[in-house]
Amino acid sequence: MTPTEWAIIALALVGAFFGGVASIGIIRLPDIYTRAHAASKSDTLGAVLSIAAAAFAIQTDLATIKAVFLLVFMFLTNPTAAHAIARAAQDQGIEPWTTGDEEGKS
Amino acid sequence: MIEFEAALLAIAGAFVLFAIVALYRVFAGPTDHDRVIAVNVMGTNTVIAIALVSGALDKPLFLDIALVYALLNFLLSIAFSKFNVEHGGVL
Repeated sequence: MTPTEWAIIALALVGAFFGGVASIGIIRLPDIYTRAHAASKSDTLGAVLSIAAAAFAIQTDLATIKAVFLLVFMFLTNPTAAHAIARAAQDQGIEPWTTGDEEGKS
Repeated sequence: MIEFEAALLAIAGAFVLFAIVALYRVFAGPTDHDRVIAVNVMGTNTVIAIALVSGALDKPLFLDIALVYALLNFLLSIAFSKFNVEHGGVL
């Protein structure tokens, strides 16, 4: 593999790491607000890095422009969606998790 | 060259695996919002997997599908949050 291909693989691997962090956060974190935090920040960074790797991997000019559009679009809409869901949860009166909630356990 | 494509396809498979892991939260989420957050993460991972497959197989047309999927994913989240606030947790 050429050094350019190594760089593309490295970008995609870092993106996959952040995607894995987002999935672990979705599973392990205690309430809706912390899960929205994991989904918005970590998954957005993983998406942006991985789509940048795809944009470098595609050689066609028009396809590269499409991939960059997709990157900017994910960068804008993913935190907006998570914010809208968290705000809807707050409007419904779901209480945030605090450390006092776990005193009974373990 | 073949190794490069195989590596990109493997990373796309890893993103599909992360989407399947997030599916647990769709089943077990205590509230509806947890489920929508998990579905949103699954859609994001699907878009990434489509883009990586498009880069690995050198098929630029797959990017159009990824763009439409990202749009629908965003509309789902916004429409659900607005609907759920206005009607008080119907879903």
